[in-house]
Amino acid sequence: MIPEPFEYHAPHSLAEATRLASELGEQAKLLAGGHSLLPMMKLRLAAPRHVIDLGHLQELRYIREAEEKIEIGALATHFQIESSALLNEKCPLLADTAREIGDPQVRNRGTLGGSLAHADPAGDWPAAMLALDAELQAVSAQGERWIAARDFFVGLMSTALAPGEILATIRVPTLPARSGDAYFKFRHPASGFAVVGAAVRVKLSEAGHIEQVAIGVTGVGAKAYRAADVERELVGKSPTARRLVEAAAHAADGVEPNADLFASAEYRHHLAAVYVRQALERALEKARA
Amino acid sequence: MSVKLLGERIKRKEDPRLIQGRGHYVDDLPLCNMLYLAFVRSPHAHAQIKSIQLEEARKMPGVGAIYTGKDLDGRLGLIPCAAGIEGLKIPDHPCLALGRVRYVGEPVAVVVANNRYQAADAAAKVEVDYNALPAVVDMDRAVAPSSPLVHESLGDNMAFVAKLEGGDWKAVEADASVKVLKQRLVNQRLAPLSMETRGVVASYSPGEDTLTVWSSTQIPHLLKTQLAVMTGTDEARVRVIAPEVGGAFGSKLNVYAEEGVACFVSRQFGQPVKWIESRRENLMATIHGRDQIDDLEIYYRPDGKVVGLKCRILADLGAYHQLLTPAIPTLTALMILGSYNIPAVFVETKGLFTNKMATDAYRGAGRPEATYIIERVMDLVALELKLDPVEIRLKNFPPPGKDIVLATGVSYDTDNYQKTLKKVLTLSSYKKLRREQARLRKKGKYLGIGLSTYVEICAMGPSSRMPAGGWESGTVRVEPTGKVTVLSGTSPHGQGEETSFAQIVAEELGVPYDDVTVYHGDTNQVPMGIGTFGSRTTAVGGTAIYLATQRIKRKMARLAAHKLGVKPGEMVFRDGKVEREDGSKSMKFAEVVGEAYFAKQLPSGVEPGLVENFVFEPPNYTYPFGAHVAVVEVDGETGEVSLRNYYAVDDCGRILNPMLVDGQIHGGLAQGIGQALWEEHVYDENGQLLTGTLMDCAVPKAHQLCWFETANTETRTPVNPLGVKGVGEAGTIGSTPAIVNAVIDALQPFGARHLDMPLKPEKVWRILKQGPAQAA
Amino acid sequence: MNIRVRINGAAREDEVEPRLLLVHYLRDVAGLTGTHIGCETSICGACTVLMNGEAVKSCTLLAVQADGAEITTIEGLTAEDGRLHPLQQGFWEEHGLQCGFCTPGMILAAHQLLSRNPRPSRSEIRRALEGNLCRCTGYQHIVKAIEWAAEKMGGSTS
Ligand SMILES: Cc1cc2nc3c(=O)[nH]c(=O)nc-3n(C[C@H](O)[C@H](O)[C@H](O)COP(=O)(O)OP(=O)(O)OC[C@H]3O[C@@H](n4cnc5c(N)ncnc54)[C@H](O)[C@@H]3O)c2cc1C
Ligand code: FES
Ligand code: FES
Repeated sequence: MIPEPFEYHAPHSLAEATRLASELGEQAKLLAGGHSLLPMMKLRLAAPRHVIDLGHLQELRYIREAEEKIEIGALATHFQIESSALLNEKCPLLADTAREIGDPQVRNRGTLGGSLAHADPAGDWPAAMLALDAELQAVSAQGERWIAARDFFVGLMSTALAPGEILATIRVPTLPARSGDAYFKFRHPASGFAVVGAAVRVKLSEAGHIEQVAIGVTGVGAKAYRAADVERELVGKSPTARRLVEAAAHAADGVEPNADLFASAEYRHHLAAVYVRQALERALEKARA
Repeated sequence: MSVKLLGERIKRKEDPRLIQGRGHYVDDLPLCNMLYLAFVRSPHAHAQIKSIQLEEARKMPGVGAIYTGKDLDGRLGLIPCAAGIEGLKIPDHPCLALGRVRYVGEPVAVVVANNRYQAADAAAKVEVDYNALPAVVDMDRAVAPSSPLVHESLGDNMAFVAKLEGGDWKAVEADASVKVLKQRLVNQRLAPLSMETRGVVASYSPGEDTLTVWSSTQIPHLLKTQLAVMTGTDEARVRVIAPEVGGAFGSKLNVYAEEGVACFVSRQFGQPVKWIESRRENLMATIHGRDQIDDLEIYYRPDGKVVGLKCRILADLGAYHQLLTPAIPTLTALMILGSYNIPAVFVETKGLFTNKMATDAYRGAGRPEATYIIERVMDLVALELKLDPVEIRLKNFPPPGKDIVLATGVSYDTDNYQKTLKKVLTLSSYKKLRREQARLRKKGKYLGIGLSTYVEICAMGPSSRMPAGGWESGTVRVEPTGKVTVLSGTSPHGQGEETSFAQIVAEELGVPYDDVTVYHGDTNQVPMGIGTFGSRTTAVGGTAIYLATQRIKRKMARLAAHKLGVKPGEMVFRDGKVEREDGSKSMKFAEVVGEAYFAKQLPSGVEPGLVENFVFEPPNYTYPFGAHVAVVEVDGETGEVSLRNYYAVDDCGRILNPMLVDGQIHGGLAQGIGQALWEEHVYDENGQLLTGTLMDCAVPKAHQLCWFETANTETRTPVNPLGVKGVGEAGTIGSTPAIVNAVIDALQPFGARHLDMPLKPEKVWRILKQGPAQAA
Repeated sequence: MNIRVRINGAAREDEVEPRLLLVHYLRDVAGLTGTHIGCETSICGACTVLMNGEAVKSCTLLAVQADGAEITTIEGLTAEDGRLHPLQQGFWEEHGLQCGFCTPGMILAAHQLLSRNPRPSRSEIRRALEGNLCRCTGYQHIVKAIEWAAEKMGGSTS
């Protein structure tokens, strides 16, 4: 219940934060919403010497539209995203994903950036980021760089962020015409995290064929991934019920599914297929509407 | 009695303080100079302690002392077990491990520091060197001769073997039409998981030589005696107070190591000491519930009559006995026939030591296991014979209203199982549900309807059959101002008896409800009592208060009659007056009270004052019963089970406050449903706890449950004058089998016969995956 | 570290260790023990308070993170004149509590729900309580208590 002692820093600008982050290096942990970090510190699974609280960086709390894209500051909370009129209209996948996270209190505090940096294998955001081909901006004392979502999730709770880098902005394309998206999640009965989560964005051609489809899957493996085999089966095709079932069956191909007390690897594999198909069906329904 | 209180929906007296955050649970008590404890616990299921290094920890700021098992050896008594079973092996159970640890979470050392943060920091610096030993985890393997032993000195892992046999087995064997069905049922281990964890504050005052203990307990009086013995304190100098207790469900019906250690440390320092359990500790080191394997042989006739039941129970007791550990599975044997007149029974119960936390009383304590067994038995036989679950139950119920003695030797007090069953069938529109089920099945949708008709044993109980006495005390004191103080030896912690006891007393005395205040849980304020468990508080404790109130009434009637010049027998109590039925002679209640206290003109032989105590010894247990119907939907793709409807008709005897009864039923249902669908407390093959936090350990959440439709039948028990049976455990007992029966019912198209709990989606999916059953 | 907070309308200033959890600050420093602790993994919600009007789990915040914030605990819901908040009243009327340990957190979680959604459906209420565990009531009376309050408040949460 009680974290180990640490030194606390509360920078008031991103520049100050990056300076601190590079000075303190691996001895420091960034604190955003704290809803992953603090539970770990309370269980003493994490014991940083320094904590850099990003909470005062108002500059990273925005959600705005910028040329066919949406930009979200890393410190935007799940609740901000869930309740954003802009997102509900222009990128509903984000609002829908946010709604599925944890509980209202968690959503009030937890942030998009913190979730992505934490890269929990059962976290919800990675699936949506992959399905949206998000770009993630990392800022450090040395400068900034943009990382594609595909390259961001490296492994179990590890990301492409280098020590000293702060995730500042998340950029996603708005929902194009004739497109639909959906997030379907099988919740763990105790933790509420994703046993399996499937995020889909699909675009139909005029003729009603699948022009583009992107599927992000979380909960199944050590890290979230794009269900490339499913996408390949569907692109350019007409989305018949049968084809969806057949394609979705490949939802966990090439992935070594996690196994735990609640769900075996085999069951997770099965759930992945079911949830990917259901998310596809819903996204297609919306695309046709 | 013009103001009717009994049977009414009266708002709780407890609530104003609780809804404003002004109640005081143990952790809310501020005392000057408080020291804090942190325990160092075993990470191993079974290991030898080679050495304990304390140097680093001692250097940490704020540390007052660190004690290990050796320091306490001979200075602090062992943790008691009160279960009386013939041939029971009781291993030594020291408060801090001595040489060996036998379950994950066993306390090994304790750090005393100035605040909780310092205590936690120092505890993290204690280094214990272990030599890990093979752990006993699996019960089937624990009985094998080659198994490692939890307690080598005891020779094997068998704590006891108990047999219960009754009825006419010869007749069963002679009947050629009888068939036998075998089934193994696993009743999984659960965590009671009250939202408030355990906690204790012990405060020894060297000047007065008194030890005051605030503990989150269900049994302050019993705890007082035990702590006095363990710490070698004169019992008259020990005071135990159960402050606000944030739920318990049996888990605080115990005497725990940490309570003993806190008292010991407080005596050492002459300062108050606080320990508050973390949730992780709570899941490791507060007793667990259930954990039985039941191997059944069911003897039945082609017409559906079950004529004999054999059950071999393996009960996982854990590493040491807590207060009632071995007694719990014996209740399963006692209640195994449920509400059915099955003429022959045989139960063999083996209590086994394993390298796990002790099991003990968890809501229902042995009876949910029994009900689960017998209710599964009914459905298994019904399935075999293609009978409707209603039909098989009706076939095996005893005729209504007859006193029967079952093959187990148990005699129920009142029964009308047909009535509750009929009522729940109406409430649930059972026939309509069956039609809907058939329609949906054709569409590939799987609705399941599950039944359970239970009887339980409550109001614990006659002292002859209780380990530590089953009576209860109640005191009623009318204060000089006419306000009424009620003292109960029970120790409710959420059940609402401050309210129902006040209802009893106010109605009986004809005084305003607001004038009655109920106290409990402080051994210096309340005469010795037993506590709150086994659905006994109202039926036994409430009766004591009712009878103490009768004594008050007799005395007041005498005083009033003396003054008014009438006969005491003519007096009635109503509207704040003591008067003749026709109102012709009347005194104000307060005036009569004045007579008692001013004592100017007392009738001869009457003592001044107005305080009466009654100790009620129940002549028998009570046997509430009920019938539940659960309706579930099974997702054909994922196997996920969702609750659609739940109907419960319970007969808990006379209802004093329907709102409280509903609350007890609802809470019980949630726990019973939780066991059926989600909850399990799991150790891996090395004895490591896999469900050690609330991230893994499922507790039912609001959105996972459905609306509960409840109703009652009210058959009063003759066992006590209130006619009350008890309702604390009914919901838990009835619901688990109803849900499992419903899920198996939903899976009929797939030929399912049985699945062990919890019915997690994956288990159900594995049945679905097999595809539709071949038409037999 | 020095922090300034307003708790239930009263300003405070305290020197705290950075690792001090907000819930310990409220309970042990400010003496407001109505906020409870039921776990260390941020699941149970017993510690729920309002921070700047939003429901948060005070066990998953450092006191230093609350610097400059406005906190409402269960003790702050009762009006100056002793009048109960409709949610408190609702829990009393509808038997929304038994042991009462989860109650302060439940009430504050419900407070936020009603401020965002004054007329929630039963299933919306249940969803909104996902972060709050109750082991006693089976939740049904809690749902009714919140409905009672929603009705009484007629759409406003002040
Ligand atoms: C009870 C509970 C239930 C939950 N349920 C879910 C769920 O269902 N689904 C789900 O996805 N999540 C869930 N979460 C996790 C929640 O969403 C967390 O808020 C989130 O994972 C982390 O975000 P945070 O802002 O709280 O990050 P923090 O905890 O503050 O930080 C997490 C990690 O990211 C690093 N970090 C934070 N911000 C940045 C940044 N801008 N740049 C670089 N590194 C950074 C930190 O150093 C830390 O290592 C749950 C949490 C709890 C407590
Ligand atoms: S104490 Fe359990 S969520 Fe905060
Ligand atoms: S009332 Fe006891 S936990 Fe909710």
